Amino acid sequence: MIHKKLFFLIFLITFPLKSLALIEVDITRGNLNPLPIAVSALASSNEDKKNLKKILDIKDLGLEISRVVENNLKKSGLFNPLNKEAFLQKPDIAHLKPRFEDWSLIKAQALITGKVNFEDDKLRVEFRLWDVLAGKEMLALAFTTVPKNWRRVGHIISDKVYERLTGEKGYFDTRIIYVAEEGPKTQRVKKLAIMDQDGFNIKYLTLGNELVLTPRFNPTNQMVTYLSYFKNLPRVYLLDIETGIQEVVGDFPGMTFAPRFSPDGKKIIMSFAMDGNSDIYTMDLENRIVERITNHPSIDTSPSYSPNGKYIAFNSDRSGYQQIYIMKNDGSNVKRISFGKGIYGTPVWSPRGDLIAFTKLHKGKFYIGVMRTNGKGERLLTENYYQEAPSWSPNGRVLIFYRETKTNSKGEGFSAKLWSIDLTGYNERLVKTETDASDPSWSSLLSN
Amino acid sequence: MLIIIAALSLPFLVKKPINLPPIISVELIQIADLTNIPFAPKAKKIIEKVKKEQEKLLSEQAPPKKIKKEKPDAVPLPDQKSEKIKKIEEKKQNPEKIDDEIKQVSEFEKDEMFDPNTIAALIDKSKEEIAETTKKSNKITQSEDSNMNLSGLTLNEEDALKAQIFGCWSIPLGLPYNENLLVRIKLKLKPDGSVIKTEILDHARMNNPGQGFYKVLAESALRAIQLCQPLRVPTTGYERWKDLQLNFDAREMLEG
Repeated sequence: MIHKKLFFLIFLITFPLKSLALIEVDITRGNLNPLPIAVSALASSNEDKKNLKKILDIKDLGLEISRVVENNLKKSGLFNPLNKEAFLQKPDIAHLKPRFEDWSLIKAQALITGKVNFEDDKLRVEFRLWDVLAGKEMLALAFTTVPKNWRRVGHIISDKVYERLTGEKGYFDTRIIYVAEEGPKTQRVKKLAIMDQDGFNIKYLTLGNELVLTPRFNPTNQMVTYLSYFKNLPRVYLLDIETGIQEVVGDFPGMTFAPRFSPDGKKIIMSFAMDGNSDIYTMDLENRIVERITNHPSIDTSPSYSPNGKYIAFNSDRSGYQQIYIMKNDGSNVKRISFGKGIYGTPVWSPRGDLIAFTKLHKGKFYIGVMRTNGKGERLLTENYYQEAPSWSPNGRVLIFYRETKTNSKGEGFSAKLWSIDLTGYNERLVKTETDASDPSWSSLLSN
Repeated sequence: MLIIIAALSLPFLVKKPINLPPIISVELIQIADLTNIPFAPKAKKIIEKVKKEQEKLLSEQAPPKKIKKEKPDAVPLPDQKSEKIKKIEEKKQNPEKIDDEIKQVSEFEKDEMFDPNTIAALIDKSKEEIAETTKKSNKITQSEDSNMNLSGLTLNEEDALKAQIFGCWSIPLGLPYNENLLVRIKLKLKPDGSVIKTEILDHARMNNPGQGFYKVLAESALRAIQLCQPLRVPTTGYERWKDLQLNFDAREMLEG
């Protein structure tokens, strides 16, 4: 009897606690669908529109800036900009406090509004990012610049919105340097060209008299190192984009190629080949001291620093086939990291430091892929007849590379184009250029 | 006398083992206020007729609430908080100099602490009223409710709720997957599954230096809740689940 009473008492004490325990549900999955976002045209007064039309010959600059933003966000694959025709609020009202119910009705989860002013010959653009479901402002910024820079304003807005909604820096206010190609395959004219990441504002940096290859930006985007020919010998060059002055890097008795800057921009790392052997060297740009990094009878080339500058990835055929290796920045602790089937080349360390992008040749097909820095987790993102030279976007999410097409039996139909692909492997896009293009290199963010 | 007392009390000192009856497992079943046992065909017709009449009456008595359109409030312009405007000069060199031409003149991101707990106040009241009459079909029936654990949801109920939120949660892809990506949100729910209040349990983390990604993650989780509501909750046992905690963890998805 006593036992029963005791049991009942314990039950009474513990039962309410148990029944009132908070129910917890673990949500470990979500969707990776693009976020529906409404990009309202930036509002401007009729007078400002008139003035800006005189200068830029653009009827509605606010609308054009919003299109730049839309285009950037759409191409990222992470956003779904909604059709402007479905908008219920006009831009001139929307840039104040939006009616959130109107925007949630068209399924927008985020909204960009803003306005454009033209004051004292300066363009002033302000924008706001709204969380439609929470009904609150997430971000509000304003910029002032010369009217000519209106596209850059669009790119900076895109970067800010991207960062606020995804948690990582954007990559829209950036440039791409590449080799512009024209003419038949056997007589290609190759020029260095630079453009915005969306293909606008193309400028040519060389005239095409000499063959140019593998241009690479320095961390401040002011200098470019590339391969060109000097007295019929391939040599590494340095070009100052601001002044247009170019110089040969180092006084090597053989050919130098595959150059890249160190993350601090103080050194150039490259391959130097002589008597059939090629090794990796660095040259300090301040004191011009050259340092040999590898010393092996095999072909060591395509060096690329880790973002912290402590390691170098490169490819070498020291195991019999070309594979990817990493080593310390002084050349010690060389370790092979690629062990898959096929030949691996052009390793490029991600700006985030977690992945290495590469080109792989296997059974006659070229692949662009990524692997972790220990060689594990290899993922092939895209496959084609011929493609190579991946270069990372500054946030380490997207790769740009070039792809060549097959020629027919008459030798016709050859083309080389730039393509981009993100780490999911699904968002592959052609990057439009005026001419054929190869060897792209992505700059870091210009507005940093 | 002592011998007699001792002789009488001795049998009580030696306790016999108690024979316990065999344990029979009992399944606890929640009984709802209304039964859902199928009615006889004739009775069913009569009940449906009565229901239709009631619905008609309801629709006549409670027309949908008109939502007043909000006038756009003036929002302080960046001018009022701007700090400085830097002049930008055009470069003459060709090729063009890549420079930081565009200066940010006003960064009036709010200094206020991000307070997601106020979100509940923004929930459209009219939406809640409509939801009560229209979202019944999403509910879990009494028969599905039968294997309910007194302290939690049944697997069916939990799966239904998870599946609903999976569809609503757009995971921000840029989050650092090697960080702690768990956001715990406590909800207060209405019987129809709509959300009265949300509370982020690790709220302080949102303003910690180097944890900017956590704010992005928490906001995405709150958006998922807003988008999904009314949540797919059981029809019975409101007292059990009126307070619910959702643990959003993006790490598994982002690690791939």
